[in-house]
Amino acid sequence: MPMRRPPRSDRPDTAATGIEPALGTRDRLHARLQEHLASAVSEFTAATALVVLVIALSFASPNFLTADNLFNIGSQTAVIAIIAVAQTMVIITKGIDLSVGSVAALAGVVGAIVVRDLGFSVWEATVVAIAVGAAAGLANGLLVAGARLPPFIATLGMMSAGRGLVFIITGAVGVYSLPESFQLLGNGQIAGIPFAIVITAIVAVSAAFMLSQSRFGQYVYAMGSNMEAARRSGIAVRRNLTAVYVLAGALVGLGGMVAASRVNSGQPNYGIGLELDVIAAAVIGGASLFGGQGRIAGTLIGAFLIAVVRNGSVLLGINIHYQQVIVGLIIWAAVYFDQYRRRRLEARG
Amino acid sequence: MSTVEGADPPVLEARGIVKRFGHVEALRGADFAVHRGEVVALIGDNGAGKSTLIKVLSGAQPHDEGEILIGGRPERFSSPVDARRAGVETVYQDLAVADDLSVAANLYLGREIMLGGLGGLLGLLDKRAMRRGAAEALEQLGVRIPRVTTPIAMLSGGQRQSVAVARAVIWATSVVILDEPTAALGVVQTQRVLEVVDRARDAGMSVVLVSHNMPQVLEIADRVEVMRLGRRTARFRAADATTDDLVAAMTGALVTEPEDADLR
Ligand SMILES: Nc1ncnc2c1ncn2[C@@H]1O[C@H](COP(=O)(O)OP(=O)(O)OP(=O)(O)O)[C@@H](O)[C@H]1O
Ligand SMILES: [Mg+2]
Repeated sequence: MPMRRPPRSDRPDTAATGIEPALGTRDRLHARLQEHLASAVSEFTAATALVVLVIALSFASPNFLTADNLFNIGSQTAVIAIIAVAQTMVIITKGIDLSVGSVAALAGVVGAIVVRDLGFSVWEATVVAIAVGAAAGLANGLLVAGARLPPFIATLGMMSAGRGLVFIITGAVGVYSLPESFQLLGNGQIAGIPFAIVITAIVAVSAAFMLSQSRFGQYVYAMGSNMEAARRSGIAVRRNLTAVYVLAGALVGLGGMVAASRVNSGQPNYGIGLELDVIAAAVIGGASLFGGQGRIAGTLIGAFLIAVVRNGSVLLGINIHYQQVIVGLIIWAAVYFDQYRRRRLEARG
Repeated sequence: MSTVEGADPPVLEARGIVKRFGHVEALRGADFAVHRGEVVALIGDNGAGKSTLIKVLSGAQPHDEGEILIGGRPERFSSPVDARRAGVETVYQDLAVADDLSVAANLYLGREIMLGGLGGLLGLLDKRAMRRGAAEALEQLGVRIPRVTTPIAMLSGGQRQSVAVARAVIWATSVVILDEPTAALGVVQTQRVLEVVDRARDAGMSVVLVSHNMPQVLEIADRVEVMRLGRRTARFRAADATTDDLVAAMTGALVTEPEDADLR
C-alpha cells in the first residue's frame, strides 16, 4: 500500500452521524450508466450509422456485401485507419496534426527511392519510412512542446515543408520501376487476409492497449485534459508531448509506406487532403478537439464509415464530388455532437 | 516553544520573495513561515498575491528574487516535483485536476502504481490497485463520491474540490497547502474539509490555508499571516485576534510584525 493515510480520528464522522446519507445503489447505478454513456455515445452513434449504411448498401448494390469488396474496403481503409490512429493520439493531447498527408507522401517516396536506388528490401524500406515519419514527428513535437507553437501552426508549417521536400527529392516525378515485392504491404496477403488489414489490426490493438493500460497512455489523456494540472502533478510534459508526436509521426510513416506499396510507386502528390479524412475519422469516433477524449475503437469505426461512404458512392455511381460533400456533412454532425455533449457536461459541473 | 533560539526552524519559509509578471509585481518581498504541526491561515484582499506566493512555495512558478527554506535550509524548487519530494502538497485555487480522468487516476496522477514483473517493465498500470487504494483513502477521509472510476468532469463542484483536497492530504508528509479549499463548498462539505485539516494537523503535518472566511480562519488556524499588495503586513496569533483586527490588517489600517517568540 503505497499511499500513506492519516490516522483515524476519534471525532465522529459526519456521515456516520447521519448528517448526509450515503449514496444509494440507484445513484451509483445512475452514475455508472452516465459515465459509460458519455464515453461510448459517439462510438455508438458512429457504429449505428455504419451498420445502417452497410445494410442499406447491401440492398442497393449486390456487389457490396462480397468478401472481395469487403477486403477491398479493408485495404482502402488501412492507410486512413493507421494514420487516424496517429491523429487520435495527437487530438487527445488537445493537438492536431495537419502534416500527416505531406509526411505520409515523404515517407512513401523515400521508401520507394531506397528500394529503387539503394536496393533496400521492402522491410528495410519500411523501417526507413517509419524513421522519416518519426523524424517529422520529432520536429512537430519540438515545435509544439519545446517552442510552444500552437499545434495547428506547427503542423501547418510541417505540412508545407514536408510537401516541398517531397517535390525537391523527386523532382515532382513519381518513383516507379519498383520490384513486385514492393507491393507486399499494400497488396500482399497473409493466410488469405490482406497484409494491410493485418498491419492495421496490429497498430490499432497496440495503440488502444497503450492508451488505456499504460502510464504513457494515461499521461496522454492527462495532458490533453489539463496541461497545467499534468505539469503540476510532476508529469514531464515536454518529453511526453514530444513523444506523442514522434509516435504519431512513425505511424504516419508506416501508413505512407503502405499507401506507396498499394500503388507500387512513390507519388509526390499522395495524401493531399488526407488530414481531413483522418481528423474526420477521429472526430466521428468520439475524439474531442478540446482534448482529453478519444478512443481507438471509435476512430476505427470513423475510418470505416468514411471508407464505406466512399466505396458505396462508387458502387452506386455517385459522383466523387458528392462524396466530399457527404464527408463534410458527417464532420459537421460529429463535431456538433461533440460540442453539444461537452456543453451538457459543463452545464452540469 | 518559548524562545526563538530554542524553537525549531519553520518547516517551510519564504523570505523576501519577489515575483513579476511583466510589469505587474505580484510579490514585492513577501515573507511567510509555517512551523511543524501548525495551521497557518494566509489572508489578504483579492489580488494581494496569496495564490502567487503559494505557487512559488509549491514549485509551480519560479520566483525572481528571495529564497525558500525547508527546515531552515535554502531550497531551490524548480518544479512541483521538488516541492513534493520535500513533502509539500498543494491544492491550487484552480484545483489542477484532469477532468477527463477518473477520480482514482487523479489521486495517483504522476505517482501511478505500476504492474509488477513484465507488465511494469512495459509501463503498464496496476489500475486495480489504484482503484482500491483510492477508494480506501477517500473512505478514510470521509470523501463521498459515487465511484472512483467516475471522471472528475461528472462530479459536482464540491466533490471535485474534496477530491483535490484528499489528493494533497493523502500524499503530504510535512506541509499541506490549501488555496481556498472550501470556496465552492456547502456547510457540510466545508466542515468535512476542515475536519481533514484537523486530522492532518493531528498527524503532525503543517497546514497553510488561504481563505476569505474570517470566522473560519479564527476557528481553525493557530496563526494568521496577512498579505497586502504583495507583502506580508501583519501576523497574529489566532487566539488573540478578532475579525476586526484581520480586516484592519487586510485594508492596511493595521500593520503589525511581532517577534516570532510572541507568536508561538
Ligand atoms: N499569470 C499571471 N500573469 C499576470 N499577472 C498575474 C498572474 N498571476 C497573478 N497575477 C497578478 O498578481 C496579483 C496577485 O494575484 P494572486 O492570484 O496571487 O492574488 P490572490 O491574493 O490569490 O487573490 P484572490 O483572493 O482573488 O485569489 C494580481 O494583481 C494578479 O493580477
Ligand atoms: Mg488566489
